[in-house]
Amino acid sequence: MKGKFEVSDLLLSWSIPGVALLFWYGTTLGQSSTSLFPSPAEVGEALIRLTQDGTLAKNIQVSTLRAVAGFMIGGFIGFVLGVVTGQFRVAEKILNTPIQMVRNVPHLAMLPLILIWFGIGETAKIVLISLGTFFPIYLNTFHGIRYVDDSLIEMGKTYGLNRLELFKDIIFPGSLSSILIGVRQSLGRMWLTLIVAETVAAKSGIGFMATNAREFMLMDVIVLSLVIYALLGSISDYAAGLIEKRVLRWHSNYRNT
Amino acid sequence: MSEVNGFLIKIQNISKNFGDVQVLKNINLLVEPGEFVALIGHSGCGKSTLLRLISQLEVPTDGQITLDDTVVKKINPAVRYLFQEARLLPWKSVWENVAIGSKDRSKAKAFQALQEVDLANKAEEWPAVLSGGQKQRVSLARALAGEPKLLLLDEPLGALDALTRINMQGLIEKLWSDQKFTVVLVTHDVSEAIYLADRVVLIENGKIALDKKITLARPRVKDSSFAYFERLILDRVMKTNEETASKASDQIFAI
Repeated sequence: MKGKFEVSDLLLSWSIPGVALLFWYGTTLGQSSTSLFPSPAEVGEALIRLTQDGTLAKNIQVSTLRAVAGFMIGGFIGFVLGVVTGQFRVAEKILNTPIQMVRNVPHLAMLPLILIWFGIGETAKIVLISLGTFFPIYLNTFHGIRYVDDSLIEMGKTYGLNRLELFKDIIFPGSLSSILIGVRQSLGRMWLTLIVAETVAAKSGIGFMATNAREFMLMDVIVLSLVIYALLGSISDYAAGLIEKRVLRWHSNYRNT
Repeated sequence: MSEVNGFLIKIQNISKNFGDVQVLKNINLLVEPGEFVALIGHSGCGKSTLLRLISQLEVPTDGQITLDDTVVKKINPAVRYLFQEARLLPWKSVWENVAIGSKDRSKAKAFQALQEVDLANKAEEWPAVLSGGQKQRVSLARALAGEPKLLLLDEPLGALDALTRINMQGLIEKLWSDQKFTVVLVTHDVSEAIYLADRVVLIENGKIALDKKITLARPRVKDSSFAYFERLILDRVMKTNEETASKASDQIFAI
């Protein structure tokens, strides 16, 4: 029974991408290869060509490393600051206003500044991704901690839990579902920022591959880059979903689904 | 375990204000080691506040409370508090929740406490799958895992259905008579107070209005002498009600 459900779920969740692929195939059938939109077959050929000469693997690796490094740094800082402002009213008073002010500036608008400060090397991209991933995790950690059930904290106090135990056993697990929402939002912003950074200023990565292909009108490579972005995004979202299911398995929303 | 190992509670001249409102007015009460005392009264009379003061969840405005002649200054690990809701941590399994009650988070002690409330078979479950009565039994086990000398019960049975309530009352009485800790129970159910307690204390308008020893043999049955105590205490509760009501009408006439 359970296996059957999983197969039909899989079919359902891939039905629209499947139809889109068929539609794409149908509309590009029989056109010349110099057209403005390549056929699936041409993109497939590009995939094989770039896999064989190794550029695809290298670019995916470079892009993924940048994304992960930026996410780790931004996420870590966001988490730590969220914990501090969530736990201490004084820290909230000092930090929250400046953080909210900076938040209202779109982080991509800082790109020129960051390029001047850090050049077009790896640092600039990682800084930009860190900035993009910082806010969702910061905000959701802060709110998660603030909305932990007070009655549970009171229970912890009557059972003599110290500050560290209160955090480890009650406050952190209680805010985890909110933090994970922040992680998901941050993952979306991570890919977005990466694409922009690699398109504007890079000498490697998927974004560079697409920009470079534009110079030579290699439509198949451009479309292939888009498909790869979509896949990377789905993979990271899927991974986040698995982590959610695992760490929130006590929650009725995540049980047996 | 027949020897008494409960705390002696001395409540001396306790007052408690919340802003301008005086909730408790100069309360004096002595609870013997191993005694089972029930605090009853209308909601808002201050009975829960008194319980929170004993546990140091609140600090008194005036007066002091001593446990075995030590002034209560901070939360005492030998005092356990049972809330109206079970307050289990949903992200910990049942036995991990119980282990919080023992100082060294011992699994063996947790299982032993679960055995006492007859829930050892649910030890590995998440709290979310338990019924209301089972949750409250787990929170009772959590309180017992710390080998308490004083158990403070803040209407822990208030939200349970009638049958589960009767079971829980029996369980609490059995554990109390086995382990001989002191118990202070807050309830608004006079019958429950008489069924369980050695002494029933009525609190009205922040003062002790009645302090009655229940001299019925245990285990108690709801016979005519039980009904006598029930009538006596209920009459007293209703009388203060009428008084305040007539006072209020006097005031209306005065205007």
